[in-house]
Amino acid sequence: MKVFLFFTFSFLNTIWYLKPPIQTSKHSQFKSNKIDSTHTFGFGRKATHAEIERLDIDVRPDGKGLPKGEGISAMGKVIFDNKCVACHGAGGIGGVSGSLVTNKNPTDKKKEKTIGNYWPYATTVFDYIRRAMPFNEPNSLTNEEVYHLTAYLLNANEIIDAKTVINAQTLPKIVMPAHKMFVPDDRKGGVEIK
Amino acid sequence: MEKIIEITQNFPKKISRRSLLGGAATAAVAIVQSASGQIFQKGISESKIYDDPTKRFGTPAGEIGTRSPFIKSVKKFSDISSRSPLQDFYGIITPSDLHFERHHAGVPAIDPSKHELLIHGLVEKPMIFTLADLKRFPSVSRIAFLECSGNFRGGKENLTPQEICGLTSQSEWTGVKLSTLFREVGIKPNASWFLAEGGDAAIMTRSIPAQKGWDDAIIAYAQNGEPLRPEQGFPVRLFLPGWEGNTNVKWLRRLELSDAPYYTREETSKYTESIKDGKIRMFSFDMDARSIITFPSYPQQVEKGWIEIRGLAWSGRGKVIKVEVSTNAGKNWQLAKLNDPILDKAHVQFRHLWQWKGEETEILSRVTDETGYTQPTLKQLFEARGSDSGYHINPITAWQIKKDGKVLFKAESFR
Repeated sequence: MKVFLFFTFSFLNTIWYLKPPIQTSKHSQFKSNKIDSTHTFGFGRKATHAEIERLDIDVRPDGKGLPKGEGISAMGKVIFDNKCVACHGAGGIGGVSGSLVTNKNPTDKKKEKTIGNYWPYATTVFDYIRRAMPFNEPNSLTNEEVYHLTAYLLNANEIIDAKTVINAQTLPKIVMPAHKMFVPDDRKGGVEIK
Repeated sequence: MEKIIEITQNFPKKISRRSLLGGAATAAVAIVQSASGQIFQKGISESKIYDDPTKRFGTPAGEIGTRSPFIKSVKKFSDISSRSPLQDFYGIITPSDLHFERHHAGVPAIDPSKHELLIHGLVEKPMIFTLADLKRFPSVSRIAFLECSGNFRGGKENLTPQEICGLTSQSEWTGVKLSTLFREVGIKPNASWFLAEGGDAAIMTRSIPAQKGWDDAIIAYAQNGEPLRPEQGFPVRLFLPGWEGNTNVKWLRRLELSDAPYYTREETSKYTESIKDGKIRMFSFDMDARSIITFPSYPQQVEKGWIEIRGLAWSGRGKVIKVEVSTNAGKNWQLAKLNDPILDKAHVQFRHLWQWKGEETEILSRVTDETGYTQPTLKQLFEARGSDSGYHINPITAWQIKKDGKVLFKAESFR
């Protein structure tokens, strides 16, 4: 008898699950709408050209975003010695914030990652200095000063000569030594350790 | 009535009892808050702390909750980051004030009423959203981990879980799906990437494939039920489930849709890793699966008998399928139990009962995720990539159990 009851109840349970207590198709008040995924809402406001200009400071490797102005290494050295040397070391070597210039006569075996041996695009030098440096006075340099510093750091890494003028036309054309080393991520999960 | 906020210095019982006999009753130094809200440091008598709490009316209700003065759970910090005390946690949610931090020019002070998010570039309609605008959109909440891709320390035995891999934390994140905003601005078919830019003094930027925006990216404004903490990007951040911490740009002020990445400093000079044949891997977004035993761990000491080994496991590629534990230095592995909930791209809690008989051994854990990826050893990682790889190091962590019950990290070196 106990066995019979058990089967009876489990059978009833099955039926109960097959018939949901609420028939959502007949009771539309229980249905959620699908508006989330398809609609636009009209919140926010259209950005003006001036509002975009004020914030849009990025620079791409193809030169998009580079401003007017130009710089040379000798002028950059003056700015570097004044505003950068405390953290990045004389000549861009050995500072507390890491070397920017490859040391050709390293005292230890550890190879420091520098603009000359690790940075794949020259435009990144300009973009980064302009948005984040100097560390204690971020966002304080003029575009002209950033061009001078970029020229200085590229020259100190022996990527350009001392006479090369760096501007929106010349900077994107520079091929960095490390460029060929970079490959996109190919890890995809699965059994292989990459 | 004064409320004890934190005991800063606890004198050993023996000494304080003796000094009590002599009349000096100071048992501890504590930070206390007076009824008028003043906070100051004060000597607390032993009787005040250890007497019978049923004989004294307790602290009245207050505006904000506190930790027990007996609990000291803190982040371990440097100038640029602070690490979550993984060994102190229960369950899977990281208390918001113990969430790890990593920033590049400090935590900015931002007035939320003045903060706006600009979306422009390859879009039909460049738009600006205030925080209030963002909160009007359909919202989404999900529990997911956030981990810095530089989350590994090794090299010596006296390291805690916090020191080894405390740059991972987990929260419930709430915000608006980025795909909702993509539709709002009408992104153009050739928009394959976007630049995400923060409003800190580093104006930090990362290039993100637009597909991630359609998949599961969130523009988050809340964390564990309250507005984001400043250290986590107040008032608004990008949250990319399963992706390396740095891409989850905090203090988000601008998104620019583009047909190419920007190769910013944080995706070239930093957050790239040397692999074999002189190559450097870039755009390594996914966080590989990882686990760590958080109990027992250094500097704890265990006793013979039953020990519940506990830890956390996670994967940036989906759900954790299993965690295995070895209590004999990796010779045999047993399935650990996983505590619910087991969520996509989230820390999961595992546990495994073990009867320790006093033998010297090593205990380890390894996780497998739903792609079939199993957490490797440090040796396997170095064999696959070379030993100069600085990011995305997720090795199996082993703890040595000494005969006296002392627990030490097993430091490995293959360099």
